[in-house]
Amino acid sequence: MSEAVTAMQMAEFDGLCRVADAGLQGMIVLRGDLGSDALRSAVQDLTGAGVPKVRRVLSKGTFSVLWMSPDELMILCPYAQADAHVATLAKALEGQQALVANLSDARAVFALTGAGLREVVAKVAPIDMAPGAFGPGDIRRTRFAQVSAAVWMTDDTSARVVCFRSVAEYMFNLLRTAAHPGAGVGFF
Amino acid sequence: MLTLTCPCCGVKAEESELHGGGEAHLTRFGPGSSEEEFHDYLFARENAKGVHFERWRHVHGCGKWFHAARCTATLQVFGTYSAQTTEPPADLLATIREKRPGWSWRDFS
Ligand SMILES: [Zn+2]
Repeated sequence: MSEAVTAMQMAEFDGLCRVADAGLQGMIVLRGDLGSDALRSAVQDLTGAGVPKVRRVLSKGTFSVLWMSPDELMILCPYAQADAHVATLAKALEGQQALVANLSDARAVFALTGAGLREVVAKVAPIDMAPGAFGPGDIRRTRFAQVSAAVWMTDDTSARVVCFRSVAEYMFNLLRTAAHPGAGVGFF
Repeated sequence: MLTLTCPCCGVKAEESELHGGGEAHLTRFGPGSSEEEFHDYLFARENAKGVHFERWRHVHGCGKWFHAARCTATLQVFGTYSAQTTEPPADLLATIREKRPGWSWRDFS
């Protein structure tokens, strides 16, 4: 078994907010009919969190369930458990039109911490980061400068950003530049 | 700046989050069609100055295709709607008639 490492090898930066490689993260993609009883109970049974509403995140214990599109969820879990959970889901959805895959190594996850994170994200993504418009429990897929990404807040001063592993270095450098201590705007 | 509301995820997306997919409501002519039909399907496009119907993809967002009706001259957006249809919804056509009396686009007016 090879030793799994993240693309950015736990790089971190302190500025307007803290930008850090969030480490190995289990990520399971689930595509199918999000309204079907079979899919809903499979997700509920595995995670205990259930299927989130449009552009929302539900968390329970070590699981988070992210709404990605009208027919796609991403399930976060501890890295080492992803394969076992994929097997559980695939078995529960046998005979259904659904796709389950472990995409943990295809993505990179960054943790943003600190009150300045709203400003850092707003600088690079075309989304409304005002406290009333986006907060904990919300998820938004968008672009961060030139690459696709998803962002969600885990509490008022922390957020996660996920992107393709192949653009992890671009993303880290982008966030680091946006979070440069001398680059504050003070909009929020 | 063109802003379209994605009917699939509800996001008010600015143009840079989207990808244009060309003219909407084309009828596909394939095997068995005449050369003229196939030619027009491949190459004949509206070049509207005014009301236009297009396909767009929420490429950096939910990834889904949808339709949009907008004015090519002013970027006024009349509405967005599902990709799973062969013609614009009746209420959208009514809105456009109200805002742009006398407009026409292919078979719609
Ligand atoms: Zn969308």
